Amino acid sequence: MPTDSLFQPLAQAGTTTAKTVSVTLNGEPLQVPAVSSVAAALLAAGVQRFRNSPVSGEGRAPYCMMGVCFECLLEIDGVPNRQGCLVALEAGMSIRTQDGMRDLLAESTDSALALAQAMEARHGV
Amino acid sequence: MGFEASPHTAAGRLAETVDVAIIGAGPAGMAAAITARQHGASVVLLDEQAAAGGQIYRGITTVPAQRLDVLGPDYGAGASLARDFAASGARHITGAAVWHVTTERQVHYLHGGGVRSLQADRVLLCTGAMERPFPIPGWTLPGVLTAGAAQILLKGSGMAPTRPVVLAGCGPLLYLLGWQYVRAGVPIAAIVDTTDGADYRRAIRHAGGALAGWRYLKKGLALMAALKRAKVPFYKGATELQVLGEGQATGLGFVSGGTRRQVASPLVLLHQGVVPNTQFSWSLRARHRWDEAQLCWSPVTDAWGELDVAGIFVAGDSGGIGGARVAALQGELAGLAAVAQNGKLAVPVRDSLAAPLQAEMREHLFIRPFLDALYRPKQANRIPADGTIVCRCEEVTAGDIRGYVKLGCTGPNQAKSFGRCGMGPCQGRQCGLTVTEVIADARGVPPEETGYFRIRPPIKPITLGELAREA
Amino acid sequence: MNNTTTTTISSNTSDVIVIGGGLVGSAVSYGLARQGARVTLLDEGDQAFRASRGNFGLVWVQGKGFGMTPYARWTRSSAGLWPQLAQALFDDTGVDVHLQQPGGFCFTFSDEETEERRNRLQAIQDELADDYPFEMLDRQDVIARVPALGPAVTGASYTPMDGHTNPLKLLRALHAANLKRGVNYVSGQPVKNVTAQPRAGGSLFTVEGRWQAPRVVLAAGLGNRGLADALGLHAPVAPNRGQVLIGERTARFLDYPTLNVRQTDEGSIQLGDSMEEVGFNDNVTTDVLADIAQRGVRTFPVLAGLRLVRAWGALRVMSPDGFPIYQESPKHPGAFVTTCHSGVTLAAAHAFRVAPWIGGAPRPEEIGVFQGDRFLNPNYRPVHAH
Repeated sequence: MPTDSLFQPLAQAGTTTAKTVSVTLNGEPLQVPAVSSVAAALLAAGVQRFRNSPVSGEGRAPYCMMGVCFECLLEIDGVPNRQGCLVALEAGMSIRTQDGMRDLLAESTDSALALAQAMEARHGV
Repeated sequence: MGFEASPHTAAGRLAETVDVAIIGAGPAGMAAAITARQHGASVVLLDEQAAAGGQIYRGITTVPAQRLDVLGPDYGAGASLARDFAASGARHITGAAVWHVTTERQVHYLHGGGVRSLQADRVLLCTGAMERPFPIPGWTLPGVLTAGAAQILLKGSGMAPTRPVVLAGCGPLLYLLGWQYVRAGVPIAAIVDTTDGADYRRAIRHAGGALAGWRYLKKGLALMAALKRAKVPFYKGATELQVLGEGQATGLGFVSGGTRRQVASPLVLLHQGVVPNTQFSWSLRARHRWDEAQLCWSPVTDAWGELDVAGIFVAGDSGGIGGARVAALQGELAGLAAVAQNGKLAVPVRDSLAAPLQAEMREHLFIRPFLDALYRPKQANRIPADGTIVCRCEEVTAGDIRGYVKLGCTGPNQAKSFGRCGMGPCQGRQCGLTVTEVIADARGVPPEETGYFRIRPPIKPITLGELAREA
Repeated sequence: MNNTTTTTISSNTSDVIVIGGGLVGSAVSYGLARQGARVTLLDEGDQAFRASRGNFGLVWVQGKGFGMTPYARWTRSSAGLWPQLAQALFDDTGVDVHLQQPGGFCFTFSDEETEERRNRLQAIQDELADDYPFEMLDRQDVIARVPALGPAVTGASYTPMDGHTNPLKLLRALHAANLKRGVNYVSGQPVKNVTAQPRAGGSLFTVEGRWQAPRVVLAAGLGNRGLADALGLHAPVAPNRGQVLIGERTARFLDYPTLNVRQTDEGSIQLGDSMEEVGFNDNVTTDVLADIAQRGVRTFPVLAGLRLVRAWGALRVMSPDGFPIYQESPKHPGAFVTTCHSGVTLAAAHAFRVAPWIGGAPRPEEIGVFQGDRFLNPNYRPVHAH
């Protein structure tokens, strides 16, 4: 675990190593403590910046940890703008920090097309 | 007054119906659910977290004994409430993000990637409190969190700071967190307290209330003593707070005892009290009043917590800050009122059950004026200087807002349309109170006169595709 | 009650009092101020219904004025004058209202819709003797300019005349420009009481017992209805609700305004809309929002994952036939009513053509048919604007 992380799990009595979970962060593998939320896990792993403000480009990181500040927005398993403090950590998650604004045209349109097709079916076109 | 027997959504799907819908699984929501179930009402409780407890009792259902010891006895009191709630027969929907509550008492929420809605006979809003904004220079830097966030990390994930941390602001939660950290062996670089002599003198005027709430006071004094014993560096009467650093926090600058100081730390935890989370009550266009003692907007309710919107109640901190025990009592009272309106409880029985609850609540509320006076957040930390960011999402400064007032802007909604403050993802949660006070101060009128943002759904984010599926 | 004692009358001597500081009132006031008139602009305040804050920002020409040719001409004229308005506001205030007029699309989802659209636009073009360029495009043509187009769209009508602006910046710029030009702007002042005193040389109008001027303009949106009678005017406007969805900011994905979806200069995506008669109710409803969402996703499937940050309901100021009301009171010359529900598109016409008329110039020829009295004629049977 990086020594420059701001928060760490308290040592559990009778154990020497905390349980960890494997995820990827921006495509790179990362071991994080098995804590409750994705945001908590990234903080423990030493991630200092979760996203850039779309207004100024300045780095932002979690502030409230309870879902009311919207600073901890991450892309998790392909879905952007998820509040990391409200998403339960799971092994194998693909996490990306958010840099700049979303580019809709560049995103995968598979699910979007599937939805569009389902709607066409409903409208009988 | 009631609702249609079989309400349909626009697509003709049958919406689920329930006697009482409760939003929020903190002490108020849990207590309300237990009470409503005791009188035979069907209850659905929706909460966005994975387990019951809200913020104050976060993690209560899974916390290991060792951490209970660190967190202290008040936290442990939540355990029996959580147990009773689990056994009550209420349907608890976890991971549910409620995005819209209508005046006709339809509750729309996202769950498991899908949109759902239910039609309730009565709705109880128990959405609790959130940290008061703390707009000082540098407060948006990575490495700055609220004391509440630190408590959430401690309670929910057993996580604590690795290097000496700065705690700054005022209020019992700040000292409680400091004490919890001391017990956990976490090094504290400094507690920077903005409370000063004037606050004590103001609070003494409410000493009558203080004596009545002696239990709270005793606890507070014990916390302070423990911090002193642990030799935690303590600075009093701190002013001119600013977070230092470029790109991320490196410490806190302030003035205390006439001297300008800096304490280095990559982690700065801020706290100056909590305020009601009023997104839902505002979105219902319920009447609110400005509470000058608590410096926040509170929904106007009757003695049972009912808003001026029929059949919708508020219980707990989201109606005004009273603390966990008061929240549970209010939850019980709102639960009783709801089932009485449902016809499941005769009014005289409701009143006799309510009497001891109301008496206990009054007792707990005696200390509030004293605490509100003692820990009143400083004006400079609520109405900041021109260069300080007020709206974090859209990066609108206090100076920008004062500029809109000069252009003729009389309230937050015009400010929003002029400068986008309040239009970002947090929908005014982090800036609303500051915007209210900055405008009121610039105009020279009381905050009551400026009003608040017009809050609209979605109260929590929903995607276009998810919403389209409702059609 | 007689409030004409000198101690209660404002000592400020205005040439014109404009009642209503929304898009219509501010634009008219600005035009008057540019001509050197001394203007007092009275505005209700923060909790007003504010059609001006709830609109879509389109500067839109295509499709308007079907069966009412003067409206097509009036709209076309305003769109043509818009660049001047944008420049004037920038020169006066430094605020860029982000006017863009790249042309606009109205999508169709079936051959029937395409045919109907073609007929409508053709009819208008015939009336205007060809001063009305438009193209009917099929999918292939549209996709070249709008790459995110979904499979459900069969075609579109396109006209180079259409555009959009940032309506909030427009309102802010108008306010700042009015102040810069010396307009006496009074905010937090709802108006319930206007009186007209006939006298030699023209009536004197008194507002709320405090402000007096020889000319007064009702630009109070839905409030015009109640104020009109006292001035010998008729403005039977009623609320018509439109709901709008606002999505998060994204990188640019749409370069053109379209009738139901546009991307703002800041990158947020707006989707609309509806037309509902629900009285003075500007709340949003899930069923209508869901329909708007569905139409948005059918048009642009990439939007399915777009995070919604806000939903609006706003009340259009709608006359019985959907067309504007512009009239000088026959009983009290000098009293005017100016109301419409396209305050953005018509802002330039209001500043550069309506304001001079209020100042004493001849009335613009297109707007002669828009007197409020037309609704008093039992034989009046217009084609509704929508």
